[in-house]
Amino acid sequence: MTILFFLFAAIILASAVMVVSARNLIHAALWLVSTLFGVAALYALLDAGFMAVVQVVIYIGAIAILFIFAVMLTRRELRDKGPALNANWWLSALISVLVFGGLLFLLSAWSGFSKASAGLPSGFDAVGALGEALVSPQAFVLPFEVASVLLVAAMIGAVYVALKQK
Amino acid sequence: MIPLSWYLILSAALFSIGLFGVLARRNAIAILLGVELMLNAVNINLVSFWRYGDVTQMAGQVFAIIVFAVAAAEVAVGLALIISVYRTRKTVVADELDLMKW
Repeated sequence: MTILFFLFAAIILASAVMVVSARNLIHAALWLVSTLFGVAALYALLDAGFMAVVQVVIYIGAIAILFIFAVMLTRRELRDKGPALNANWWLSALISVLVFGGLLFLLSAWSGFSKASAGLPSGFDAVGALGEALVSPQAFVLPFEVASVLLVAAMIGAVYVALKQK
Repeated sequence: MIPLSWYLILSAALFSIGLFGVLARRNAIAILLGVELMLNAVNINLVSFWRYGDVTQMAGQVFAIIVFAVAAAEVAVGLALIISVYRTRKTVVADELDLMKW
C-alpha cells in the first residue's frame, strides 16, 4: 500500500509539473490525462471505487478530450510562439511556494493531522450508501438536483457562447 | 498504513502546482488546465477526509461528485468562451486580451 501510494504520488506530481511547464499545449493536455489517472488510482487506494470510475469516465473521457479539441480549434501557424510563461512567473512561483508552506503550517497545527485509517466496517457497501445518500430526501437530493440544473444551464450557455454569430 | 497527513500534503502540493499554472501561463487554455489540477487537489482532500472520518457518512463523496459536476460545467463554458474569443481576436494569449483594460 505504501509503495503504491508513493508510486501514484510521484506520477501525479511529475505529470502536474509537466502540465504547467510543457510548451506544447497538446502535450500539456496529455500530461493532464496522466495526472487524472494517478488521482483515480488514489481514489481506488482510498476504497472509493465509484469515485475512481467516475474520475476515469468524466475527467479523462470527457473533460480532457474537450481540452484537446479546444487546443486543436485555437491553433494557427504561429502556434507555440513566444514564452509559455508570462514575465512575472517568478512571482507566481513565490506565491505558490508560500501557499504550500502556509497550508503545511496550518495542517501541522491541526490535531487530526497524522490520523491513521480505520478499516471499513464489515459488510459496508460504500457504493450503495453513496447512491442512497444522493437520492434520499433526508440526505443530498437537493444538491443533486441543483447540480443537474447547473449542468443544463452550462450546456445551453456553452452552445450559445460558442455558436457562430451571424 | 498510510496516515491522513500524506494525502493532505500531496493534495497541498498538487494545489500549489495548479496555482502556479493559473498565475504563470500565458495561454488561456493552459490556465484552465491549472484550474483542473486545483479542483483535483480539492477532491483528493474530500475523499480522504471521508475515508479517515466516519465512513458511513457519505457527505465527503457527495461533495466530491458535486465538484465533478461543477468542473464539467466550468470547462464547457470556459472553453466555449475561449473559442468565441479566438474567433473575434485571433488569439488565446491572456496578455493580449486587453480590450477591457483601462
